[in-house]
Amino acid sequence: MALGWYLAVSVLIFCIGAGGVLVRRNPLVVLLCLELMLNAGNLALVTFARMHGSEAGQIFALIVMVVAACEVTVGLGLIVAISRRNLPVDVDELHELNG
Amino acid sequence: MSPTTWGWLVLLFPLLGTITIGFGFRTYSRAAGVIGTAAIGLAFVCAVGALISLLGRSGAHREVVSSLWNYDVSGGVDAGFQILVDPISVFMMLVVTGVSTLIHLYSTAYMRSDKGYSRYFAYLNFFVLSMLILVLGGNFVMLIIGWAFVGAASYLLISFWYRRSSATGAGIKAFVINVLGDVGLVFGTFFIFRHTHTVSFLGSFAAAPHVFHTDSTDLVAGCLLFLVGAFAKSAQVPLHTWLPDAMEGPTPVSSLIHAATMVTAGVYLIVRLHPLFQLAPTAGEIGALVGCATLLIAGTIALVVTDIKRVIAYSTMSQIGYMIMGASAGAYTGALFHLMTHAFFKALLFMAAGSIIGAMAGSQSLDKMSGFRKAMPFTFACFIVGGLALSGIPPFSGWFSKDDIIAYLNNRGGIYEVLGILGYVGALLTGLYTFRMIFRAFFGEPSPEAVELEHGHIAHAEVPTNPANGEVEDTDVGFPGPEHVIAEREPAMKIAMSLLAVAAVLGGLLQIPGVSHVITNFLSTSLSDAPLASAAHEPSNSTAWIGLIIGAVIGLVGITLAYTVYIRKPGTAAKFQAALPWLHNFLVNKWYFDEAIDYVVVRPALATGRFAQSVLERIVISGGVTGGVTGVVRSGSAAVRRAQTGVLRYYVAAVILGLSAVVLYFLISST
Repeated sequence: MALGWYLAVSVLIFCIGAGGVLVRRNPLVVLLCLELMLNAGNLALVTFARMHGSEAGQIFALIVMVVAACEVTVGLGLIVAISRRNLPVDVDELHELNG
Repeated sequence: MSPTTWGWLVLLFPLLGTITIGFGFRTYSRAAGVIGTAAIGLAFVCAVGALISLLGRSGAHREVVSSLWNYDVSGGVDAGFQILVDPISVFMMLVVTGVSTLIHLYSTAYMRSDKGYSRYFAYLNFFVLSMLILVLGGNFVMLIIGWAFVGAASYLLISFWYRRSSATGAGIKAFVINVLGDVGLVFGTFFIFRHTHTVSFLGSFAAAPHVFHTDSTDLVAGCLLFLVGAFAKSAQVPLHTWLPDAMEGPTPVSSLIHAATMVTAGVYLIVRLHPLFQLAPTAGEIGALVGCATLLIAGTIALVVTDIKRVIAYSTMSQIGYMIMGASAGAYTGALFHLMTHAFFKALLFMAAGSIIGAMAGSQSLDKMSGFRKAMPFTFACFIVGGLALSGIPPFSGWFSKDDIIAYLNNRGGIYEVLGILGYVGALLTGLYTFRMIFRAFFGEPSPEAVELEHGHIAHAEVPTNPANGEVEDTDVGFPGPEHVIAEREPAMKIAMSLLAVAAVLGGLLQIPGVSHVITNFLSTSLSDAPLASAAHEPSNSTAWIGLIIGAVIGLVGITLAYTVYIRKPGTAAKFQAALPWLHNFLVNKWYFDEAIDYVVVRPALATGRFAQSVLERIVISGGVTGGVTGVVRSGSAAVRRAQTGVLRYYVAAVILGLSAVVLYFLISST
């Protein structure tokens, strides 16, 4: 079934994104990896929509894009704020919220 | 106007008086006394109005209920803010407001130099209001409210001179014992309410014969609990120990609360609840036994007490013993009649005692008083009138009323006949202790204070001291005023005492066997449902007159004995005391009731409290319960806190691992 390959690509991209979030320390790259994960999800949604012949998955992919845009806005805003305060731009250094 | 309108007005005036004086006590000086007296005087006028309006009706129309608003109506309780105007409550209202008015008048002079003058009248008006709520209340809830209010007022007035440690102690004692009675009353009400499903008096009484059979357990339990309330309020054995201590209050307070009105509330309670007591003869017998025991115990203690106010206090206990005995046995008319005459002559005796205490510069010891006869003729006359009425000498009021009770008891027969004969023993004691007091205070060589008074000035102590324990007092705040007053020089006191003396002489004429039956006729509406109050149980005229004659003879024998011991052969008392030291000690220590209560109640309670504090509270509560719970929470949160590293990537890893686990689980479980 040709559609299965789309899903495989989606899983691959998701894993790349997740691995990036786990191993990279630059928040900018972490955000990028998050985007990758979201888009992998989108790909899966569209694939399933095609598979079942329903347009709900495609609509949902559009909504995910909106959410992703919002999330990037907030995330980038945070990174700008961090660099303006001359704080280290490194997710491992930013661990003040420990118990 | 209808009787209930008058009834509400009777409540309104003391309330207004309390509020006016209470809120403006800083601005009034002499006005507080005038306002207070006027408020109670108006209440008396309204009580007379209620009487007239009630007399204009007949039969069952003489029991009128009026409700202002729903006080507590929920969960089956139907308590309105309700008054019941019937012959019993009107009778009590008249006695309470009448005697209170005179005592307020007396107080305007007696308390004049006291710094707490306005406070005193605010309290006193509050007391009268509470007492009127008690007697007018149309259901058990109102009764309990009034009952608790008079206890509070009594506490405030006993501790009125609040810088005296003995006074505050006495106030606390009175309050604690009275609260015990309140609890009895509340539980008793519950036992009745459980079966009758109504708290209103008339409703309960109407339902009682249908839901209770004679001597059914719950009814007897309820009535016994009511009796606990009555015993605590009316100072009956073994809940009597607060009354002698209550003499720490100002003398007019003793006169009003601890002689004429509040302490008779127990008698009122039994008479008011007579339809219940009729169905519980066992409770009635116990009440009569306790009343009889009290009248004898108090009478014997009064023989040896040397504090003039305490002698009268024990005499009050003894006389209330007669009333409780009579009311429990079914002599409702006699008990209320004696309540009325007793209010007159005992208030009079206390007022006269206040006058002589004024002449003694605050000292109350009979050992120091003597020979006041010439110096204080008016006080002496009042004492004689009060004393003769108390001893039951014809034609004074006490003669008719006390022997009315005893004649009823003797007529009822059985165990009650024994109680009646013991009542005659009590009458002998009454004559003896009353005239012991009079002979010691007024006869013999004049004491220095009496000599000074004969020369025209009132004795003043160099340093005012507390007569109970000799503590030095400053007369500035919370202590009795520096100036002492005697009736001879104060028109207000003289008027109050004269009116009471007239009432004490003539009060008995209301009810003479075979001649006049004013009280029986008036109360007949309320007592028509009581078989024990029917004519069949009333002694015949001849029996009653024989009883009266025996009573008079016994009273005279008592007085003669006192005359022999204290006037004709002075020193006899000392000889008795030397011959029977154990008896004297026993009586001086008041039958060791205080000590017994201390051992049986106070010490175990203290020990339990200490045990609870050291073991239950420190170890179980603080250590185990509180300490255990906080320990668990603290160690638990310490463990959870360690997971919060603050490193973002760990969180991400946790989320991804968790999600993967969930997904795997569903994948595996779906195949």
